[in-house]
Amino acid sequence: MIEREQVVHVAKLARLRLSERELERMAGELSGILEHVDRIAELDLDDVAPTSHVVELQNVLRPDEPRPSWPRETMLEAAPDPAEGAFRVPSPQAEAE
Amino acid sequence: MTRELLELSVAAATHRIAAGDLSAEEYGTAWRQAAAGDELNAYLWRGEDGAANDGAAAGPLAGIPVAVKDIFCTEGIETTAGSRILEGYRPPYTATAVRRLGEAGARLLGKTNMDEFAMGSSNENSAYGPVRNPWDRERVPGGSSGGSAAVVGGGLAPCAIGTDTGGSIRQPAALCGIVGLKPTYGAISRYGMIAFASSLDQCGPLTRDVTDAALLLAALQGRDPCDSTSVGIEGGVEPPSREDLSGLRFAVPSELAHDAIEPGVRAVFEQTLARIEELGGEIDEISLPHSEHGISAYYVIAPAEASANLARYDGVRYGRRAGGAGDLIEMYETTRAEGFGDEVKRRIMLGTYALSSGYYEAYYGRAQKVRTKIADDFRAAFSNHDFVVTPTSPSVAFRLGEKTDDPLAMYMNDFFTVPMSLAGIPAISIPAGLAEPQGGGPALPVGFQIAAPAFAEQRLLEAAYALEQAIEFGAHRPGSGAPFAPPVGKKRTGAEGRADG
Repeated sequence: MIEREQVVHVAKLARLRLSERELERMAGELSGILEHVDRIAELDLDDVAPTSHVVELQNVLRPDEPRPSWPRETMLEAAPDPAEGAFRVPSPQAEAE
Repeated sequence: MTRELLELSVAAATHRIAAGDLSAEEYGTAWRQAAAGDELNAYLWRGEDGAANDGAAAGPLAGIPVAVKDIFCTEGIETTAGSRILEGYRPPYTATAVRRLGEAGARLLGKTNMDEFAMGSSNENSAYGPVRNPWDRERVPGGSSGGSAAVVGGGLAPCAIGTDTGGSIRQPAALCGIVGLKPTYGAISRYGMIAFASSLDQCGPLTRDVTDAALLLAALQGRDPCDSTSVGIEGGVEPPSREDLSGLRFAVPSELAHDAIEPGVRAVFEQTLARIEELGGEIDEISLPHSEHGISAYYVIAPAEASANLARYDGVRYGRRAGGAGDLIEMYETTRAEGFGDEVKRRIMLGTYALSSGYYEAYYGRAQKVRTKIADDFRAAFSNHDFVVTPTSPSVAFRLGEKTDDPLAMYMNDFFTVPMSLAGIPAISIPAGLAEPQGGGPALPVGFQIAAPAFAEQRLLEAAYALEQAIEFGAHRPGSGAPFAPPVGKKRTGAEGRADG
């Protein structure tokens, strides 16, 4: 079971602003899904190695050579608020009232 | 004349174009006109007449128009991944998969609708409205590559590509009566494919027949320096030609018996097993004891990876930014609240929870161990069998809205497709017949899934081809009789399909 308080905490971690209605609904839905997922708690997995990659691959090294990257202007084209060759964002500090 | 052109398989069209019997121009125009008649909300963007790289390259796919799921970046062409947060986004580069199709001579026909960030099994999670099933417009086409499946099934494109994370190529292919192939993880580059769950995401073809799937796969596969997990398929891919299944052993998981498969789907599955035996194949029951935990493991691993991958949508570098925000954190939170839909939020929350302090080992750690067990089960099955077979989906296409209020019921659509994704192995869905949905109504396509060991794509395609020739599903295709008018609300039989043609 996942409590409303936990939902609020996780939403904060995920940088998601949820409305009151969304919080309520999410608590119920996540609980339902986790209840199903919790069945894997019954399995004996003590000596099992977790999957790190699904196909057997050998590490392949490549020469570390400098290559041209994207021009700054190209990368800024899709930005919502480019300014002076950079991405402009609101101040990280809340305005004093 | 146009109708005849649209009925050609991709393989047949390439032969006629190469022989000079058909102009790539004429063929391309016919398909652009067909795509313009989209009444399924399947396209999000379409190339204009004459605008797309005409007079294009020679190559194995010379002159073939391809529909591309809107999850693949296309330089200068809007790429949204079905999300509001990427509305208007024009990528500065093209995904390797799309670039390779272009190098083989193919042309971009359009970008197809999809569940937002490929999260969904019905296409109802698109920010741009649901796609309709070409067989019955009140039903879903499946998801998340629903647009790609609907354009091929509905006669709006000769072939398409999509992505499959837990069934997103195979399940919509099944529900739309076409072929869908998820290759081995690593067969095709993921570069420029907008990430959902990076350890599972794989590009693949959606086509009208198995030969066309092989043609597309041959062009798509290969190592790419831009994706270090891509290795390609050693020896490449050839058009399949096998006509029997003698000496091949097919494994049917016994766990199937316990699960909620619609009776009509089960009947088509049994008939298909009988056909395999007629073709000389052997059928055994085996056990995949951990596959029933596939959904649990998948719905921890995929959301966990998604929660990390989707952290990049923060309103800073690309995509939409919410207006009127105060400080930086507030801007992040409101941008993401406004930009993401319900299912994406649900999965970000689920994934963030599973990775959060105190829960990581119980969820993510255990899920990755279950994943190992599922892969081990397949390895054991393949030690004395060539293939594992299941129905692709437990049901035929369901009604729009039928499962939107119950996320878990929606997730269960992936029951048969998720285990192969977790194991990283290739699997194909081919149309095997028609079945009435539960509660009655016109008969709808049923998919048959065949899975093979990693990188055994050629063997998989050969078996699927032999079976396809025996099934002769082509006569049922909505596009075969009337590419512009898929049947709506009327019972369709093989005889009718032929009469129309």
